[in-house]
Amino acid sequence: MTLPAVLVVVALLVGIGLYGALSQQSFVMLMMGLELMMNGVLLAAVGLWSFAAGGIPKGQLLVIVVLAVMALEMAIGFALVVAVYRERQADTTEALETLRG
Amino acid sequence: MTAVDVFFYLLSAIAVVAGWRVFRTDSMVRASFFLLTSFLTVGGIALLLAAPYLGAAVLFMMAVEMMVMALFMVMFMMNPAGLNPMNMVHQSRFAIGAGVVAGVSLAVLALVVRFPRHPVEPSADLISRLGHELLGDSMLIFESAGVAIVATMVCTVVLSSASGRYGNATSGSRPPGLEPGGEPAGRRPDSDDDADGGDDE
Repeated sequence: MTLPAVLVVVALLVGIGLYGALSQQSFVMLMMGLELMMNGVLLAAVGLWSFAAGGIPKGQLLVIVVLAVMALEMAIGFALVVAVYRERQADTTEALETLRG
Repeated sequence: MTAVDVFFYLLSAIAVVAGWRVFRTDSMVRASFFLLTSFLTVGGIALLLAAPYLGAAVLFMMAVEMMVMALFMVMFMMNPAGLNPMNMVHQSRFAIGAGVVAGVSLAVLALVVRFPRHPVEPSADLISRLGHELLGDSMLIFESAGVAIVATMVCTVVLSSASGRYGNATSGSRPPGLEPGGEPAGRRPDSDDDADGGDDE
């Protein structure tokens, strides 16, 4: 287990997540792509903390902030999805091609 | 190759394959459980990387978060029960290209860049040091995260509440048509007889 090996896994996760976020039509699936990219970011932060930063406590703090951001992103995202569905009865990105209020 | 290496490669393979299956399954609920698998294996890798607190936090947090995700998946499911093959992608070629470019370039960077070598010593009291950091020098950052969570809770309630300060949230809304510019397909709250709504939702 080396740092480059961990970062290659991170690269794969971010690549797959980017594909999902760009290709999915459904809002909730799009958010799963974002979550998968955040998953990779989390792993990159833990790997760099463990191999290159000598285990300083601030590195763990950064990971905790990433975890909080993941949870907040999902909460706000689902609230927006519910609000959009209530307003337009739309759950895919194609249904929101025109930005009418 | 030590046992830790074997576990690491096993967990990494599961994480990547589960992440890929998220977008290749026919049911959105199954997709959320694949994402949960990916998160759990990343939590396991964090445990292997001498981060016991963070690994356990990821495991517990993601288990709950993905359960909530699965509930929303049921609400917005495009293909109930996953009985039909599901094709719900757009700009597929562009997305594949962007994903491949991002993944390959990041992997090349990971293999080419020389990172500093300063590994964590496993005998150090890492969790205790994290606790002192959280409630010591970095307390402001930690508390800011808490305030951000409170703000998010307020935002979520405001965004998802049906009625707001200026009346019903659905006032003036218009569902999209079946084809672009077509007749609205679905309930139009403005044309309802009872302005209060609450009949078919």
